[in-house]
Amino acid sequence: MITLNYVLTLSAILFAIAVAGVFLNRRNIIVLLMCIELMLLAVNFNFVAFSRYLGDIGGQIFVFFILTVAAAEAAIGLAILVVVFRERRSIEVEDLDTLQG
Amino acid sequence: MQSIYLTIALAPLVAAVIAGLFGKSIGRAGAHSITILGVGISCILSCYVLYQIVFAGQAPFNGAVYTWLVSDGVTMDVGFLIDRLSALMMVVVTFVSLMVHVYTIGYMHDDAGYQRFFSYISLFTFSMLMLVMSNNFVQLFFGWEAVGVVSYLLIGFWYTRPTAIFANLKAFLVNRVGDFGFVLGIAAVLRYTGSMDYATVFAHADQIAAAQIHVSSSIVWPAITFTCICLFVGAMGKSAQVPLHVWLPDSMEGPTPISALIHAATMVTAGIFMVARMSPLFELSETALSTVLIIGSTTAFFMGLLGIVNNDIKRVVAYSTLSQLGYMTVALGVSAYSAGIFHLMTHAFFKALLFLAAGSVIMAMHHEQDMRKMGGLKKYMPITYWTCLVGSLALIGFPGSSGFFSKDALIDAVHESHRTGSGYAYFCVLTGVFITALYTFRMFFMTFEGKERMDHHTQEHLHESPWVVTVPLILLAIPSALIGWFAVKPVLFGDYFGGAIHVLPANDVLGRVGEEFHGSGAFVWSALTALPVWFAALGVFTAWVFFLKRPDLADSAERRFKWLHTILVNKYGFDWFNEHVIMVAARALGGGLWRFGDQIVIDEGLVNGSARTVGWLGSVMRYAQSGYLYHYAFAMILGLASFLLWILWRT
Amino acid sequence: MFPTILFFTFAATLIAAALGVILARNPVYSALLLVLCFFNSAVIWLLLDAEFLGIVLVLVYVGAVMVLFLFVVMMLDINLAELRKGLASYWPLAVAIAGFVVFAMINIIVVKHLGGMSMRTAPALAANYSNTRELGTALFTRYAYPAQIAAVILLVASVAAIVLTLRRRTGGKPQNIAQQVAVRAKDRVRIVKMASEKRP
Repeated sequence: MITLNYVLTLSAILFAIAVAGVFLNRRNIIVLLMCIELMLLAVNFNFVAFSRYLGDIGGQIFVFFILTVAAAEAAIGLAILVVVFRERRSIEVEDLDTLQG
Repeated sequence: MQSIYLTIALAPLVAAVIAGLFGKSIGRAGAHSITILGVGISCILSCYVLYQIVFAGQAPFNGAVYTWLVSDGVTMDVGFLIDRLSALMMVVVTFVSLMVHVYTIGYMHDDAGYQRFFSYISLFTFSMLMLVMSNNFVQLFFGWEAVGVVSYLLIGFWYTRPTAIFANLKAFLVNRVGDFGFVLGIAAVLRYTGSMDYATVFAHADQIAAAQIHVSSSIVWPAITFTCICLFVGAMGKSAQVPLHVWLPDSMEGPTPISALIHAATMVTAGIFMVARMSPLFELSETALSTVLIIGSTTAFFMGLLGIVNNDIKRVVAYSTLSQLGYMTVALGVSAYSAGIFHLMTHAFFKALLFLAAGSVIMAMHHEQDMRKMGGLKKYMPITYWTCLVGSLALIGFPGSSGFFSKDALIDAVHESHRTGSGYAYFCVLTGVFITALYTFRMFFMTFEGKERMDHHTQEHLHESPWVVTVPLILLAIPSALIGWFAVKPVLFGDYFGGAIHVLPANDVLGRVGEEFHGSGAFVWSALTALPVWFAALGVFTAWVFFLKRPDLADSAERRFKWLHTILVNKYGFDWFNEHVIMVAARALGGGLWRFGDQIVIDEGLVNGSARTVGWLGSVMRYAQSGYLYHYAFAMILGLASFLLWILWRT
Repeated sequence: MFPTILFFTFAATLIAAALGVILARNPVYSALLLVLCFFNSAVIWLLLDAEFLGIVLVLVYVGAVMVLFLFVVMMLDINLAELRKGLASYWPLAVAIAGFVVFAMINIIVVKHLGGMSMRTAPALAANYSNTRELGTALFTRYAYPAQIAAVILLVASVAAIVLTLRRRTGGKPQNIAQQVAVRAKDRVRIVKMASEKRP
C-alpha cells in the first residue's frame, strides 16, 4: 500500500531538487521560473496527499487555487521576461543587478 | 443663580476683550465705559449674591458649569463654589476693582496705552474672580496663573523703561518658584485623594493625614505636612512672604492704580485666601501651621522696618503691604482664618485707599515719587489729605477704624495661641504695630505736613485731583473707616463663614477671644487699655518727633545707627543674594547643561550620533545588497534550512 | 500491490525528469522534461484518487502553461553557446544544501512520523464516490467567493501580461476605421464650376 510518507518523501525530494535548481542556475531566468513551477508542484503533492489521507476535500480546492495563482504568475513572469529581453538582449541572471546597493 | 455667577465672572472678560481688541475703534471713552460697565455689573451682582447668601439664607452653591477634560478618571471642571468666603471675596475684589477703574480715568489720562490698561485691569478682575469662585484646584491654578500673567503685563506696562522690564521679569520668576511649590502641593493632593474637587478633597482629608512619604528608609514625612507646606510655598510667592517677597517692592514700577488693585488689595491676598480655603487641610498639620506662623511673623516685622528708611512714597506703602500680608499670614498660622480674611478685607479697602491717595499725590507732583521733595501738600489737596488720613489711621489701627478691629482681634488671637512659634509671632505683631504707626505717619507727615520742599515749578501747578480720582478715594474711605463696626461681630465671633472655614476645636483661638467680646463699642473701650493701641500712639508720636518736629534727630539717629541703616537700605541683602548667588549659580548650571547636556549628549550623541550610526550601518549593509537574484534566493534557502534545523532540534 | 509498483515507477521517472530540468543546458530540453514531470505527477495524483486535479494538471499545465514556456523560449533569441558553459564551481554547496533540506524533511516525515500520522493508509472511498462532484460541490458552495477572487486574479494576470508585452510598431500603416466611416463627401470631392469651353 502507498502510505502517506511515501508521497511526502517524494514531495520533499522534488522540492529539494527545485531548490538546488534555483541555486545552481545563473544563466537563464526561464529555468528559474521552471524551478519555481517545480516547487509549487511539490507543494501541491503535499496538499493532494493530505487531502486524500485525511479525507478532506479542502486540500484539493487549495491545489486548485494554487494552480490558478501559478498560472497567473507564469503569465506575468514570462511577460516581464519578454520585456527584460527586449530591453537588454539577454536573460542571464547575472546581468540583472540593477538592485545593487 | 448659575447664570448670575457666570455673568459675574465673564462680564469683565468680555469688556477686556472688547477694550483690548477693538481699543482703536471704540476710543478712550469707549474703552473705559465698557470696562467700567463690565466691572460694575460684576460688582452689583456680587453684592446681590452676598446679600442672598448672608441675609436671604441661600445655601452655598457648588457645581461644575463645564467639564474641560477627563483624564484617567480625574475630572477637570470649570466650576463655582459660592459660599460665604468666596462671596465676601467677590464683593471686595469687584468693589476695589470698580473704584480703581474709575480712578484710572484720571490717573492714566495722558497715557498712550489707555485702552490697553483698561483691558488689562478688566482681564485681571476676570482672573481674580475665577480664582476666588473656583470649586477645584485646576481652576484655582488657572486663576492663580492668570492673575500672575496680568500682573506681569501691568508691572511692565511702561515697557520702554528698563527698570519696569526688570521688575516684571523679577515678579514673574519669583512667582515661578512659588508656583512650583503650589503645583507640587496640588499634585500631592491629587496623589492622595484622586480628585481635584474641593469638596471631595476635604472629605478625604483624613486620607492625606494618614499617608506618609518615604523619602528614604530613615526619613519619613507625614504627607499632610508636605502637602500643606507645598501649597503654602505657592501662597508665599503670590502673597510675597519672606523670602519670596522681593518682587513686590519692585512691582511698584507699574502704574499706581494697579499697585492699588493687584499689589495691595486683591492678587497678593490670593495666597491668604487660598490657605483659608484649604483650612480643612492645614488644620491637620501642626508643623505646617507653625511654618506659616513663623514666616508670616518674620514678614510682618522685618518688612515693616524697611518702610522706615525708604523715601519713595509708593515703596513705603508697598513695604507696608508686605508687613500687613505678614499679619494676615500670622492669623492663618494660629488657625484664626476668619481674622486673616477679615484683615484681608479691611486691608483691601484702606490699602487701596492709601495707594490711590499716593497716586493722587504723585499726579499732583508731576510723577515725582520721592517724599523728600514733598511736604505741606495739606493745603493744596484737602480731599486727598483727609482720605489719606483715614487710610493711615485704619492702617495703624486707630481705635474704631476698620484696621483696628481686624488687627486688634488678630493680635489677641495670636496672644491666645499656644502653637510653636506663637511667642515669637506675638512679639513680632506687637512691635509691628509700633513700626507700622512709625512708617505710616512718617510718610504722612513728610508728604502732607511740614515745609514745602518741592521746586518752584511744581509748586505753582499743585492742585487737587479731578473728581474721578477723589470720588473713589471717598468711596474707599467710608468702608475703611466704618466697616469694622458692623463686620467684626459676625465675621470674627459669629459663625459667619459657617462651613467655608474649618477650625479644629482645640485650635479655636478666636472662640476664646470671642468669649470676652461684648459688642463693638465695648471692644473699642477695652482696647484703649491694651498694649497695641499704646504702641500705635507711641509710633505716631515718634514719627511726629523725628520727621516733623525735629528732623535733625532723624538724621543723627541715622548716623548713630549707620550699620542698621545700611542693612535696612540694602533690604537685608535678599536682592544681593538672589542676584549674586542664585542667579549666577542658575546661569552656571544652565550653561553647563547647555554645553554638556545639549551640545554634547543630545546634539552630538543622540541626534548626530544616531544619524551617523544609521549611515555607518547602511554602508555596511549595502555589501549584502548585491542585486543578484541568486544571492537573495540563497538567503531565502538558508532561512528555510535554519527553520528546518530549528524544528529538528526542537522535536 | 500493483498501485505501489506504479507509484514507485512513476516517482522514479519524476525525480529523474526533475533532475533533468535543472541540469539540462538547453532550456528547450528543460521545458520538455518539465512536461514529462507534469505527466508523471498527473499519474501519481490519479493513483491518489484525485482524478479531476490530475486531468486539470495535464490540461492546464501541459496544455497551456508549458506551451507558453516553450513558446517564449523559442521566441527569444537566446545564445545557446553562452548557455552551454556548464555548471558553476559552487555546485557542491548547492548539493549540500539540497541534501540537507531533503535530510531534514525526511527526518521529520519518516523518523518522527509526524506524530504517527505518516504511516496512515488512505481511507476507503464510498462505492459511488466521484472526485469531480465532491470538488465541484465544495468549490461552488463553501469556496464560491475565493473562486470569484481566483477568477479576478486570472483576469488581472492576463491584462497585465498583455500590457507588459504590448508594443506598437512605429511606421506601420494600419487603417483607422473610425476615421474612414466618419468621412464626408465634401472632404474628398470638390465640385468646381467652370465653363465647358473657352469662349473665343
